[in-house]
Amino acid sequence: MTQPAKRPKRKNPILRTRQPTLPPSVRSRVALGLTAAAARGRLALQVCLDCGAVQYPPQDACRACLSHRLVWRTQDGRGELLTETVLRNAQELYFRERLPWRVGIVRLDAGANAVAYIHAGVSAAPCRVRVEAALDRAGQAALVAVPEYGRPTLSDDPKLREMSCDPRMRKVLVTDGKSALGQAVARALAAAGADLIWIGEAEPWKKDLGLEALRKLPQTAIVSLDVTDGRSVRELAGEIGGKIDIVVNTADFHRTFSIASRRGVETAQQEMDVNYFGLLRLAQEFAPALSGRAADGASSAIAWVNVLSIFALSNYPAHGTYSASKAAAFSLSQALRAELRPSGIRVINLFPGPIDDEWDQLERPPKLSPAAVATAVVEALKGSVEDVYPGDVAQDWLARHLDNPKALERELGQGGQ
Amino acid sequence: MKATKKSQPKRSTGKLAAKRNGDLRAILSSVVASGSVWLIDLTQTLSPNFPTIVLPPEMGQARPFRMEEVSRYDDRGPGWYWNNVSFGEHTGTHFDAPIHWISGRDRPNNSVDTLPVEHFIAPACVVDCSSEAKADADFLLTVEHLKAWEKRHGRFPVDAWVLMRTDWSKRTDPVAYQNLDDTGQHTPGPDPDCVRFLVRERDVLGFGTETIGTDAGQAAHFKPPYPCHYYMHGAGKYGLQCLCNLDRLPATGALIVAAPLKILEGSGSPLRVFALVPKG
Repeated sequence: MTQPAKRPKRKNPILRTRQPTLPPSVRSRVALGLTAAAARGRLALQVCLDCGAVQYPPQDACRACLSHRLVWRTQDGRGELLTETVLRNAQELYFRERLPWRVGIVRLDAGANAVAYIHAGVSAAPCRVRVEAALDRAGQAALVAVPEYGRPTLSDDPKLREMSCDPRMRKVLVTDGKSALGQAVARALAAAGADLIWIGEAEPWKKDLGLEALRKLPQTAIVSLDVTDGRSVRELAGEIGGKIDIVVNTADFHRTFSIASRRGVETAQQEMDVNYFGLLRLAQEFAPALSGRAADGASSAIAWVNVLSIFALSNYPAHGTYSASKAAAFSLSQALRAELRPSGIRVINLFPGPIDDEWDQLERPPKLSPAAVATAVVEALKGSVEDVYPGDVAQDWLARHLDNPKALERELGQGGQ
Repeated sequence: MKATKKSQPKRSTGKLAAKRNGDLRAILSSVVASGSVWLIDLTQTLSPNFPTIVLPPEMGQARPFRMEEVSRYDDRGPGWYWNNVSFGEHTGTHFDAPIHWISGRDRPNNSVDTLPVEHFIAPACVVDCSSEAKADADFLLTVEHLKAWEKRHGRFPVDAWVLMRTDWSKRTDPVAYQNLDDTGQHTPGPDPDCVRFLVRERDVLGFGTETIGTDAGQAAHFKPPYPCHYYMHGAGKYGLQCLCNLDRLPATGALIVAAPLKILEGSGSPLRVFALVPKG
């Protein structure tokens, strides 16, 4: 039976906060192909270029013809749930703490049998299902059989809920509420049912009407936070770090200079100070607090979201120093992801293309509205992904980057499109 | 932006020091120890929360005061505590040298490393504008005000600091201190004629304020823009801003010590400013 998340009971302070446990996380290199696709929200399986057989589990050689020419292809996941069982015993601590656990075998229409967790919305086997690849708390791909039609979400199933990071009923810190993006994210989180949204405000003497409007929402609290000031970050982490379930880092300093169009490094230093060192300061102060609450009942600390930029992937020379600062932040986010992995806290990176704000004014459309990026943040949390490329420009650049990074470098050097 | 605690007269053993050391130190310490002189700190604490001047975001920006810990009796340095600090030259209580403004760029000895050391100590005249500034954040000091002041306290001496007391430093909330709205900053300062008078007819050493600049908040719209910077620095004069405790200075008689950091080609610097004030 599916059921939406309810407001969790208040914590009983005399009980020990449990330590996080993770599902088994060791994978072969080839099996990580499943995870790589799942991290972007897709189910991909290997297909044999010689005989066309679809592979599951991931193989080094085709299970039908032994060819090693296997390539990853996105699958629609449709198939039939042939049989199911319920685990009532487990040696793995993660499952032991969550028994009983429903699993089954799905005959994919593409032609392979796969073992999958079964969503509570799926009726008893045999029946038609759709298999999705989701990320478990260890960050590895796990297959989930959901009803073939409709839009069942992971958070509708109490067992599978923690494979998502649904902001409903959660407490979220949005690190910078001075930008249109930060404000849109706060609004989207409120609409998604977040319980409490702390919104960081730097340089309070620069008034912002959008932030003033957010002050009136019942679930928001404006807090003093300047990511360039270590003391400010440390103080806020001390005050609310132990309450936060999700951090959404929207702090961003964007100027539109190439190397030659701005003398000196002062502006580039500011970009690095907010975009890179800001993330580092936040991570040092807030990540330990989140890790300590990674198994704190139904509303435990669960995710960290960075709004990066598609410019982090390959330098956009017209915004050259900004691109470099976002690339630095991207690199650091990978370290943060690795460090938060043992606690099961998911680090989600968004790589939006140009946003329709004052700093991308001279970029041609299509540009993302701040609200569209905010929607992508909430969707990423509700889903089960690590990397999101919202919008047409980001999708296009990503495809070109994956196809031939050197070609993209040349194209961006000649003006982008 | 807390006001500093009241300075108390030093109770050191002035006479003993006088016997042991040279004359000048003997004189100074016996003066201080005798209790006939107050030392008053006119400096705001350098802190990350203290605002810097606001310019349009596409322009280069003065970096606010920042502090990163190097070690604090820990694995990074077991027995000692220290920080790396960074800030713009025009952060906190700070000194403006003539080279700061385009009008002063060709003056001799116009940067903080070259300006004459004899200017580090100078008399101060304090013009009390606190009630006017309280009534009107955009209050402008005029020649008329200065002449009225001179009628009561005598002529502004050559090479004296003229300090505009507004009690603005008592606005401990940075928002109230900056006092910005969508037409910019609203803080008191001198009008162009007032600055021309002080420079050309009184030949003062410089002009000091409690606000974030020596010019008024709306001075970008004056003729010329930022007259205090333009005329003072154009004539080789100095600026002091973000001062505090001016309410504890007499109109005349105080001696100001204001020695900026010796920064190569520096346009200014944060500094400790204090006043020696005769007691009684």
